[in-house]
Amino acid sequence: MTLVGDAADDRAIVITGICGRLGRRLTRVLHRQARVIGLDRRAFPDRPRDIEHHEIDLRSKRAKDIFRGGGVRALVHLGVMHNPRDSAEEHHSWNVVAFQHLLEYAERYKVPKVVLLSSANVYGPRPDNPQFLNEEAPLLGAGPFSDIRDLVGLDMCAQSYLWRYAHTEAVILRPSHILGTVKNAPSNYLRLKVVPTLLGFDPMMQVVHQDDVVWALRAALAPGVRGIFNIGGPPPVSLSRALQMLGRSAVSVPHSVARVAVDRLFRWRVTDFPAPELDFIRYVCMVDDARARSVLGYRPKHALLETLRAVDEERWL
Amino acid sequence: MESRNALARLADVAGNAVPLAERLRAAARRATEELKTRFLGRDFEQRAAILKERYLDLGGDPFGFEVDTARHAAMVIAFFHRMYFRTEVFGIGNVPAGRVLLVANHSGQVPIDAAIVGSSMFFDSNPPRVVRAMVDRWTATLPFVSAFFNRIGQVVGVPENARRLLEMGEVLLAFPEGIRGVSKPFERRYQLEPFGLGFMRLAIETDTPIVPVAVIGAEEQYVSLGNIKWAARLLDIPVFPLVPQMFVPGAQMPLPTKYRVHFGEPMRFSGGADDDDTVVAEKVWLVRQTISDMLRRGLAGRRSVFL
Repeated sequence: MTLVGDAADDRAIVITGICGRLGRRLTRVLHRQARVIGLDRRAFPDRPRDIEHHEIDLRSKRAKDIFRGGGVRALVHLGVMHNPRDSAEEHHSWNVVAFQHLLEYAERYKVPKVVLLSSANVYGPRPDNPQFLNEEAPLLGAGPFSDIRDLVGLDMCAQSYLWRYAHTEAVILRPSHILGTVKNAPSNYLRLKVVPTLLGFDPMMQVVHQDDVVWALRAALAPGVRGIFNIGGPPPVSLSRALQMLGRSAVSVPHSVARVAVDRLFRWRVTDFPAPELDFIRYVCMVDDARARSVLGYRPKHALLETLRAVDEERWL
Repeated sequence: MESRNALARLADVAGNAVPLAERLRAAARRATEELKTRFLGRDFEQRAAILKERYLDLGGDPFGFEVDTARHAAMVIAFFHRMYFRTEVFGIGNVPAGRVLLVANHSGQVPIDAAIVGSSMFFDSNPPRVVRAMVDRWTATLPFVSAFFNRIGQVVGVPENARRLLEMGEVLLAFPEGIRGVSKPFERRYQLEPFGLGFMRLAIETDTPIVPVAVIGAEEQYVSLGNIKWAARLLDIPVFPLVPQMFVPGAQMPLPTKYRVHFGEPMRFSGGADDDDTVVAEKVWLVRQTISDMLRRGLAGRRSVFL
C-alpha cells in the first residue's frame, strides 16, 4: 500500500465529515501513521485517543484557526451533504460555500494536498451514456435532477482549484455507488427487504466496497498524486442479478407509476428517495477507472458478492 | 352383473389406453426433439456452451450480455433463420478471428436483417460468435426493449462503447446507411444510400478489419410504397412506411422471402482516424462499392425472391 507520506512529518491531516461512516473508517486506517484532526458538526465520542476533534460548523471562523500556522499537510473533504430533505439554500451554503472557504484556507496556509470525495453521480444516469464514463465526460448529473447541482458545483470548485494552483496537489475521487455500513442512497436501497425496481428496465450497475474507497482515499494522500480519478469496483452487474445475489425480492413498477408514487411518498415523508433519483435504476451511470488503476495502483479488493453483502452489516431500515 | 361387466370393460379400455398414451408421448417427444435439431442443429447446446465459456473468461460482459437469454432468443430466431427465411450463408469463413467490424446494407422496414446476420454468426460460424450491434439511443428509454437488448448483447450506439467492444475482441455490426437504409421505398431496393463515415474512423483508429456483408432478401419482406410523413411526425418516429400488407388482417408478418447473406473478404485500412472527411470518404466509398458489387452479383445469381 502507498505511504501516506513521510512518517516523521508531524503536520496533521484534516478530515472533514469525520463522524460519518466512511470518515471513521478512514480515521482508523490513518491515525497510527499520521496526526489526524477531525472537523465535523457532530460529536465523535468513541474516537481513538490520538485524534483531535473539533465539533464545529465548517463555515465558522474557528475552522480557519485549524489551518492557521501551517500545521496541516492535507485536507480530506468528506463532509459533503446530500440530504434531499434539506433546503436548496442550506445545501448550497454547506456544500459549495463551506468548501470554498476550506479551499481558501488551504491556499492561504499552503496546505500541499487537498482530497475531495466526489461521486460518479455527478455524471448522471442518462440513456445516451457510454457504458463507462471517463474522467473527461461532462458532469450532466444535475440535468434531470436539480437537487444535486451543488454536488456538481462542489466538484467544479475542486476542479478549478486543481487547475489554478499547480503547486498544490488536488485530488478528486469519483467513486461509483459505495456500499457498506454507510448510510447513502444505494446502500439504503439495497437494504430494503422488498426492493422496488422499474418494470422493463435492468441497467448495469457498478458498486464499490467502502473499504476500497478508503484505500483509494489513502492512496490519494501519497505525495505526487494529483488529478481526477474515477473509482470503479468489481465487474459491473445488472440490477436484477445484484438483487438475486443478495436474495432480495423485487417488485417491478412501471416508471410512470413509480415516479408519481415515489414523489407522493417523499412528500408524505414515507420515503427518503426523491423521485428523480429513479433514473439511477433506469439508466446506466458507470465509470472507467483505468486512470486510478494505472496511477494509484487501485485494485478493488472486495469481490462483487462481498461488496453487495456489505450492506447487510448494518441494518437501518 | 351389468356393472361388473361395464367396469371390466372400462379396465380393459384403460389397460389399452395407458401404453397408447405413453407411445403418443414418446412420439411427441421424438418429434419435438427432431424439430429442435432441425431448427437449432445438433450442436446447439455446444455452441451456447462455447459462448458461455468465452464470457466467463472475460469475467462477465460489462454491457450485460447474458448467454441464457441469448440462447432463448436464438431458439426463436432459429425458426426464422432456418425455416421462415431459409437463410443461405456464403463466405462466413471470411470473418477473421478476433475483433472485426461487419458492415452491411440495411433494409426491410423492420431491422430483421440485423437479427439474421446475428443468427448466421451464431449458427453457421465456427466457433459461434455474438454479433454486437449498436442500437439507437432512444431504445434505452424504452422499457423491456432496453433490458432485452442489453441481455442479447446490443449496446447503445456511442463511439466509446464501440471502441470498448472492439478492444474486447468482439464482432461489431454496423449499418452505415442508418435509418435511411432500413426505410427506403420498394423502388429503391438494393440501391445503397450514402454511407456515414463514423465506422471507417473507428476501424482505422482501432486497427480493425472490415468485413463487407451483403444481405439479399430483406428488401422484399415488406414492400413499402412510401413514407407517410405526417403520421411519422404525429407518432414522433423517424419514418412511417406505407406498407399495404399491414392493412390486411393477419398479414403483418414479413413475406417469407429467401435470405442470402454474403460475407466478403476482410478489408484493412490505414491512415489517420482524424483525417479530413474527403480522405475518409474515399475509403468508405471503397467499402460501399464492394457491398454494392456483392449485392449485384448476388442478385444476378438468385433464382427467385422466394426460393
